[in-house]
This record gives sequence, C-alpha cells and structure tokens, in this order.
Amino acid sequence: MEDIKGSDGLGDTELRLGLPGTSTATRSAKRALPEGDEESHDELRRTSAAKAQVVGWPPIRSYRKNSFPARKVEAEAEAAAGLYVKVSMDGVPYLRKIDLSVYKGYKELREGLNNMFECFSLGELSRREGGSGSEYAITYEDKDGDLMLVGDVPWEMFISSCKRLRIMKGSEARGLESRQH
Amino acid sequence: MTYFPEEVVEHIFDFLSSHRDRNIVSTVCKAWYRVERLSRRIVFVGNCYAVRPGRVMARFPGMKCLSVKGKPHFADFNLVPHDWGGFALPWIEAAARGCPGLEELRLKRMVVSDESLELLARSFPNFKALVLVSCEGFTTDGLAAIATHCRGLRELDLQENEVEDHGRQWLSCFPDSCTSLESLNFACLKGEVNAGALERLVARCVNLRSLKLNRAISVESLARMLARTPHLVELGTGSFTVEHRAEAYQRLIHAFRKCKSLKSLSGFWDVAPRCLQSIYSICPNLTVLNLSYAPAIQGADLVKLIRHCFKLQKLWVLDCIRDKGLAVVASTCQELQELRVFPSDIYGTGTAAVTEEGLVAISSGCSKLNSLLYFCHQMTNAALITVAKNCPHFTRFRLCILDPGKPDPDTNQPLDEGFGAIVRSCKDLRRLSLSGLLTDKVFLYIGEYAARLEMLSIAFAGDSDKGMVYVLNGCKNLRKLEIRDSPFGDAALLENVGKYETMRSLWMSSCDVTLGGCKALAAKMPRLNVEVINDRDESDEMEENPSDMHKVEKMYVYRTLAGARNDAPEFVEIL
Repeated sequence: MEDIKGSDGLGDTELRLGLPGTSTATRSAKRALPEGDEESHDELRRTSAAKAQVVGWPPIRSYRKNSFPARKVEAEAEAAAGLYVKVSMDGVPYLRKIDLSVYKGYKELREGLNNMFECFSLGELSRREGGSGSEYAITYEDKDGDLMLVGDVPWEMFISSCKRLRIMKGSEARGLESRQH
Repeated sequence: MTYFPEEVVEHIFDFLSSHRDRNIVSTVCKAWYRVERLSRRIVFVGNCYAVRPGRVMARFPGMKCLSVKGKPHFADFNLVPHDWGGFALPWIEAAARGCPGLEELRLKRMVVSDESLELLARSFPNFKALVLVSCEGFTTDGLAAIATHCRGLRELDLQENEVEDHGRQWLSCFPDSCTSLESLNFACLKGEVNAGALERLVARCVNLRSLKLNRAISVESLARMLARTPHLVELGTGSFTVEHRAEAYQRLIHAFRKCKSLKSLSGFWDVAPRCLQSIYSICPNLTVLNLSYAPAIQGADLVKLIRHCFKLQKLWVLDCIRDKGLAVVASTCQELQELRVFPSDIYGTGTAAVTEEGLVAISSGCSKLNSLLYFCHQMTNAALITVAKNCPHFTRFRLCILDPGKPDPDTNQPLDEGFGAIVRSCKDLRRLSLSGLLTDKVFLYIGEYAARLEMLSIAFAGDSDKGMVYVLNGCKNLRKLEIRDSPFGDAALLENVGKYETMRSLWMSSCDVTLGGCKALAAKMPRLNVEVINDRDESDEMEENPSDMHKVEKMYVYRTLAGARNDAPEFVEIL
C-alpha cells in the first residue's frame, strides 16, 4: 500500500476536506479529490447552499429558475468577494487561503506563495516540470477534480478553473509518473 | 320552460360565457341538459383525472375548443415527481375519435409527447390554435409535425415549456402556402431556428399580431421582421443583444417607430441598458410590459423606461427595480391592474431589493390594482393594513416573503393581522398565497371573511389542526387548497370530508397527515381519489407495508368521476 506520509512524517496532520481514506486512494496521476472542496469558495456560497436545501422554495417556476443565468449571479458574488482558493503544502499542518484575483500572472502567484510559506524554510518553489534542484511543484485541482501542474494553461483559463492549490514535494511530483506502472 | 323551442333556448345559452353558468343551466332539466351539451363549443377540464376523455367527447360532440389541466400547481416548484402523470395523449386520441371538428387545444402542466403532437396534427382538419403552458415531454420534432400538417393554423403559443431541441428545421416545415398565422410564440425554445424561414413566414402572414421570439434570434433578424409587421400588437424581442452603435440598432429604432399598434413587450434577455432607448417611442402605448427575464437592467434604467409607460396595465419586473423604482411606477402607471415582482437573487445573499415600502407605494398610487405577485425580503402588518385600505379590489393576492416563517420585522409579530386586513377589505378576493410567520389566527380570518376565495396556498404556516379546519368550514367557494410544511394532521383532514367533493383538489405535503388518515378519507369518500405520492428514495422502505402511523410525505386528493387512474407510476398509491 502506498505511504501517504511525507518524508518528514507530517503528512498525517495535513488538513484536507474529504472522506477518510480518500487521500490514500487518490495517488494515481489522475486524481479525483473529494467533492466537499466546492465549499472552499465564499461564505456566501455556503449559506446559499444551505438555504437552497428547502425543496421548491421560494415558489418560482423551474422554467424561470433555469432560464436565469444563475451562474451569473454566483459569478458576480464571486467577483465581488475575490477568488479565494485553499492552498495546502505538503508537510505543513494547516492550509492557507489566497485570492487568485489579486495576481496578474504565474510569476506573481509563485512569489505570493513563496512569501506565504517562507516561514517553513522550504526553499524556493519550483518552476515548470519540477526541474533539477527544485524541491516543490505547485499543483492545482481543476473543475473536473483532476490534479494539474500549475503553469500549462493561460493565466485567465487557470484562475477560472482552479479550485484549490497544492504545493507538492518535488520528489512525489516526479514520482507520479513512475507510479503509473 | 318546455314551451320554448330549442333554438331559442340555445340562443339564450349563447349569452352564457362562463363554464360555471353553462354547467348550472345544464342541471335544470333534461331538455336544457340536452340543448346545452349539443351547443357547447368551449369545454374546460380543470383536472385531467376528474373525468374520462371519452366521456367529455361523448357529452359535447360539437366541441370546438378544449382546455385541459394536468399536474397540480405545486408541480411548478418541483414538488411533484417527474413522471407523476398528466398525459395529453389520451385526450388527443379521444378527441380524434369523438370530436374531429376540434379547432383549439389548450393544455397546462401536462406531459405532451411528440407522438401526441403528431396525432393532433393529422386528426383535425380545421385545427386552428395550439396553446401549451408549462408542459413537457415533446421536442421540436413534434412542432415540425404541427407546422407541416396543420393547414390554416392561426395560433401556436408555447409558454414556458420544457422542449427538447432536435434541430432548427421545424420552423421551415410551415409550407409556403401557410399565410394564416396570427400568433406565434416560441420564446421558450432554447435552440436556434432557421432565421430566414422565420422571416419569410412572418412576411407572408399578413394577419400576424403576436410574435414572441426566442433568445436565439438576432437583433438584425428582429429589425427585418418588424419592418414587415407594422401592425404587430405583441412582441417578444428575443435576446436583444446589440451594440448601440451598430447599424442594426438604428434600423431597429426606425422599425419600432413604425409599429404604432404595439401594446405588449417582453423578452429582453440580454439587453444592454443603453439599448432600451430604442423602445421609448413605443412606451406611451404599452399596456403590457414584461421585463422579468432581463436581469441586466438595473433599477435606474428600469425607472427611466417606466417613466414613459403611463398606460401600463400589466407589469412584470425583477426586484432590482427596488422600492424607489416601485414608487416611480406608482406615480406613473395610474392604470396598473397587475403587478408581478420576481426575485433576481433567489438564495437571498443579502441585497434587500424590495420591501414592504415598495408595496405600500404601489398601493397608494395604483388604485386599480387587482392582481399581485410580490417576492420580497420582509413585510409588516402595518404595510399590509395600508395596502388593504388603498386597494380593496384585489382578486389575486400572492405574497412571498423569501425567508419562510419570517415575522413582522418591526414588531416581531406574526402577519395574521396584515393578511386579515387583506381578506376583510378585498371582498372579491379569489386567489391568495400566504407567507411569513402565521398562526391559526390568520386562518380564522380567512375562513370568516374570504367568502369568494377559490384558491389558497399555504406554506410554513399555522399552529394546529384548527387552522385548516377554519378554512375548510369557512370558505364556501374554495376550489383548490394547497398546503406544504404546515402542522395539519388527520383530525383536520377528516373534519369535513364532504367539503372535498365541492372542491377540485387538495394538496398536502410535509404536513402531519398519516397513511391511516388518508386511508380513512378514501374509505369514507369513494368519489375522491386519494393519492399518496412517495419520494423515490423512500419507496424501497414502503414495500415493507408501512404502518398507518407513518406520516405521508405528499398527498393529492381530488374529486373524480373516473375512479382510480390506470396510468399512475409505482411511487403513487391510490387508496
């Protein structure tokens, strides 16, 4: 069975949303992280979801509800409140949250993450493909639940599809490919 | 009355326009029954399961217009499972056999398959008008059949249906020889249509008075069509997406100026606020304006528009009009009879768009107001009392406070007194929907004062069985009662069982009625169908012979001459 612990043994204490055991199961190249992560966005959405639980209330015809760009309403709420996503880092016991909308591109994002996790003295975050000498790879979970490497797609596409970030130990990231056998 | 020749009696009956009156005269004597049934042209069936289709056709062989309603009203809010019933096919089949002279068919909340539409298209040589409201089950293929085979079709009116898109060809199926259309409404279709075919159709139908386009129609196309239909009375604009600098926009303004007969406007799904100026020239003539699908138009632009609409009788808007905007409506639209204010922010993420103030403003300016649907975040007793005083002519009053069970925010009291004032003042009230925090008291008032009430909708209200009993014992003209999430149980249900035969239907969901209570009702009243509708998830548990103490999730009771229906799905148990 695969070992979920990071090399410093703190993997267990990593805080994640999701059912127990799922992080063990999802160690293949294509990951499906648990659904609960949707709530990493706004308080707003959480209370909306709770209120939406009452079936058939408010009494509005489904036709009307469906023809509304409801996504537009949510998107506006999001835009107003920022694009907050959780950031987890391997070996760090707690997560952070950053607002993606304040960054202009990948460079600023890396700098921001560096600053945020500096105190863990974990060295500079890696560039693409976890090249030589790098310790960490920045990955993210996209809308489909897949684990992706940050930096492949245009910035706008990235921020619209990124649901959470994970700073992964370089050794694991590289090791992903070998585990597919 | 037997000394009157039948032709004279028939002629007298011609003056009776309401179904109720005709139903009543047909019970006077056998001769009148006979004359009435042979001369009835317009038949209305309020509940498709109350009577067998064949029986209707047999009784009214001269029928020309048929209206049938299917699912209960709460189906609009997803409270009725998808395949509960309400199929149109048996009606169309029976009409094809018994009344081939049928000219008009109106269906509401029914399941209409493509097969039924195809049968309809082929069975009635004089067919003129098809109106489908809140129906589902058909695709654009069914519409193609109608377009192809209904020669002389005058009206095709699709309102808020769920239609599956199977391509844009259906509209091209209207033959070149079709010039008879007077009304075409396909606003609810999601897919594209063949714009060229539509424009040609519109151009050759010289009697076209009502045209409601769907979102896929471009403004360029709209401008071209308007240029060919200067006599149009009702228009649904489609998405209305246009750059105000574009040539199409100029052509549009020009076309609108020529439409001097335009009285009703709707659509505007994606309109940019700036482009509303294009309709300012028509606004002074408008009697009907529906902006409730246009979330992009905020309060200030709405207000600018409405200031031109002083003849408005019917207005549907979103709550982004805000209380201030409603005050402008109140001062501008003195002829207003119907107002509907829909929520733009369904899950109430905070922006309190309209409150009691807006409603009070409306009531003080629009004394002719008789129909209201108002979604708001809060309401006070004081406001309702004022509204009741200002507008005693309400026939339909539906108030929806978005937060269920919310009290008067000023006094923290229930809204019993406010609604009490409404029913006391509005003696012609036929339809009422309640919301907010309400005790049994409001039902006491309703039972006592709402003598003409025909339809009552209750949600999250009342304290005890007494509430429901007040209504059942009090409202003489009650026809439809629908209740959800309220503490009414078997005692209330069984208190006045005879009442249900005087009503069309009773719906109760998430209340305290038990299976035993439903069984008792069914046993006492054989001419009622008592349907227990189980939630899908629970239906596995239900197989275990549930005890009579088990609370029923959803119950639908209706009077019927047809007995238990044979098309009920597994999760519906008819007792």
